[in-house]
Amino acid sequence: MMKKLILGVLASLWLAASALASGEGTPLDKFPTERTNDLVALQRGAKLFVNYCLNCHSAEYMRYNRMHAIGLNDEQIKDNLLFAADKVGDTMKVAIDPVQAKEWFGAAPPDLSVIARSRGGEHGSGADYLYTYLRTFYRDPTRATGWNNLAFPNVAMPNVLWQLQGQQSAVFATGKDPHNPEEELHVFKGFQTITPGSLSAEQYNEAVADLVAYMQWMGEPAQATRVRLGVFVLLFLGLFTLIAWRLNAAYWKDVK
Amino acid sequence: MAEFKQAPVGASRGTQFMTWVDNRFPATKLFKEHMSEYYAPKNFNIWYVFGSLSLLVLVIQIVTGIFLVMHYKPDAALAFGSVEYIMRDVPWGWLIRYMHSTGASAFFVVVYLHMFRGLLYGSYRKPRELVWIFGCAIFLCLMAEGFFGYLLPWGQMSYWGAQVIVNLFAAIPFVGPDLALLIRGDYVVGDATLNRFFSFHVIAVPLVLLGLVVAHIIALHEVGSNNPDGVEIKATKDANGVPLDGIAFHPYYTVHDILAVSVFLVVFSAIIFFAPEMGGYFLEYNNFIPADPLKTPLHIAPVWYFTPFYSMLRATTDTMVDVLCVITGLAALLAVLKGSGKVKVGAVIGAVVLIVLMKTFDAKFWGVVLMGGAVIILFFLPWLDHSPVKSIRYRPGWHSALYAIFVVFFLILGYLGIQPPSPIGTLVAQTGTVFYFAFFLLMPWWSRMGHFKPVPQRVVFQAH
Repeated sequence: MMKKLILGVLASLWLAASALASGEGTPLDKFPTERTNDLVALQRGAKLFVNYCLNCHSAEYMRYNRMHAIGLNDEQIKDNLLFAADKVGDTMKVAIDPVQAKEWFGAAPPDLSVIARSRGGEHGSGADYLYTYLRTFYRDPTRATGWNNLAFPNVAMPNVLWQLQGQQSAVFATGKDPHNPEEELHVFKGFQTITPGSLSAEQYNEAVADLVAYMQWMGEPAQATRVRLGVFVLLFLGLFTLIAWRLNAAYWKDVK
Repeated sequence: MAEFKQAPVGASRGTQFMTWVDNRFPATKLFKEHMSEYYAPKNFNIWYVFGSLSLLVLVIQIVTGIFLVMHYKPDAALAFGSVEYIMRDVPWGWLIRYMHSTGASAFFVVVYLHMFRGLLYGSYRKPRELVWIFGCAIFLCLMAEGFFGYLLPWGQMSYWGAQVIVNLFAAIPFVGPDLALLIRGDYVVGDATLNRFFSFHVIAVPLVLLGLVVAHIIALHEVGSNNPDGVEIKATKDANGVPLDGIAFHPYYTVHDILAVSVFLVVFSAIIFFAPEMGGYFLEYNNFIPADPLKTPLHIAPVWYFTPFYSMLRATTDTMVDVLCVITGLAALLAVLKGSGKVKVGAVIGAVVLIVLMKTFDAKFWGVVLMGGAVIILFFLPWLDHSPVKSIRYRPGWHSALYAIFVVFFLILGYLGIQPPSPIGTLVAQTGTVFYFAFFLLMPWWSRMGHFKPVPQRVVFQAH
């Protein structure tokens, strides 16, 4: 009977899981996750972050000297990354006035400390989202900033990386919605380069991957330590389970 | 007062010390009563580890909670930042925080399994009614702990989850709006709410919870544990008054529980170290965005452990209330056909009053009633079950099937509560809700039907 119960439970879980997997939505490009463990990539990402993001966005829970963990010393941080603060022990605050920012862009730029953790969902991880978002800006004259984005339609932010990426426009095909013939659908067909940037498409993808790797790491600076420690904890517990199992058997062998 | 004892001449320092203590505090007596001479049935199976594990998780939550409170700031302007401070700047803060957040979910996992064990083997039946009732009260406290604690990180989900749940109280007729105001301490969830929820989470509810846990264990040790066969082991004792099928809790079940703890910690650690967000179920993505009273998230769902009950709330639409009215009417009709004089009159009056009330007040209110009722009904289980045997092992096969359907519906309700509402989902949730209540409310009848197998005199035990 127990077996039947367990089978029933498993069957229902499977049903739930398959229903979960069938969720629709815009597909996200896969962020190369191994990059979060690449210290040099993280350092390059930190540089991009400080140069391009940290003008409008803060990362107010992130201390500059926490970057010791990605192989930078105080001198390097001070010389290369410390534009918006005086001390390496400071957090990544930003000088922009949120009220003015709201006036300029229509929305105050959000803090980016844990942005990679907040953007996860059924379509992919937060890093996947950021990796897609930062690569799918396109020119749109109907928007106030002149920019629009595929991953975040009608976003308030302009493409700050345009000098690297260049400018592109998006091609949409119009078609009928198969579920509702009344509705017209705009299906994304591809990008067209207007002006090339200083980086090739390949190089730009690499640069964005570095930047996202940095933001992923910044979302939880302890993540590498966590995983490393976890391996040892599980090894210990595995051994302890073995001992506990034999100890239990030794006590119970005489119970008839 | 017990007789003042003298340690024998030449006794060891340890014995002398314990004699000194025992003359002043019943340490040895308590240890014997609750551990080394507490006789538990020897045929416990895997289902019996979840009680000890609940205790373990309780300790984990209290200890990690103490350390979190050292760094957390219950202030709407600082709360979110202080959690990130714990995650980044407090040495080992991330570990403590993940233990606490994973512990919350783990608590519900082990408690749900522990309760289901009770359901399977009839552990709530006479003479264990109070053990069960204390347990249900613990479950209620746990839900309160989970609810109050979830506001503290002050993320978007914390904020809007609390907003939605507190607004439910506003649906109660007459006193609702004032009651919601009293809970919030403000017209919207705000700093006042955060402060009082913090107070409830770290002081009020844990105090009650600890008291209830002690009561739960004292009551259990007074009547003795049930077992998978539902046989009373105290009915057959040896010459010394020790149950023949009993075995000393210490060392036999302590050594058992060490193994269980070890296996549990493997799973628990795997989550903490490799998937602390658990794909957005233990730590929701939206909760990494600071609370913003002006921006309502598209989809607000409570944490997974509340979703079966949340589903019942959402399932209670106007149509559902109509269905409930019809069911009430049919029940009254059945009572008129089958019952005696007094029952007939009572049923008709009761049904009419209930139907009038159901049509008078908003469906949302009845949703709240169903959600609360789904938990409260558990308290009455000892008197709803009229089966001649305790354990599922000796009940008719179709009883087990009913339990299986019950579990499947409970899981589906939980799944649907996480999802955004959909027409099919609502229909399934309504079916599940009706089944949940029918399972309990019709139990006095169905639990005595069918062919019961003979219950043995002694427990069934195969040596390990």
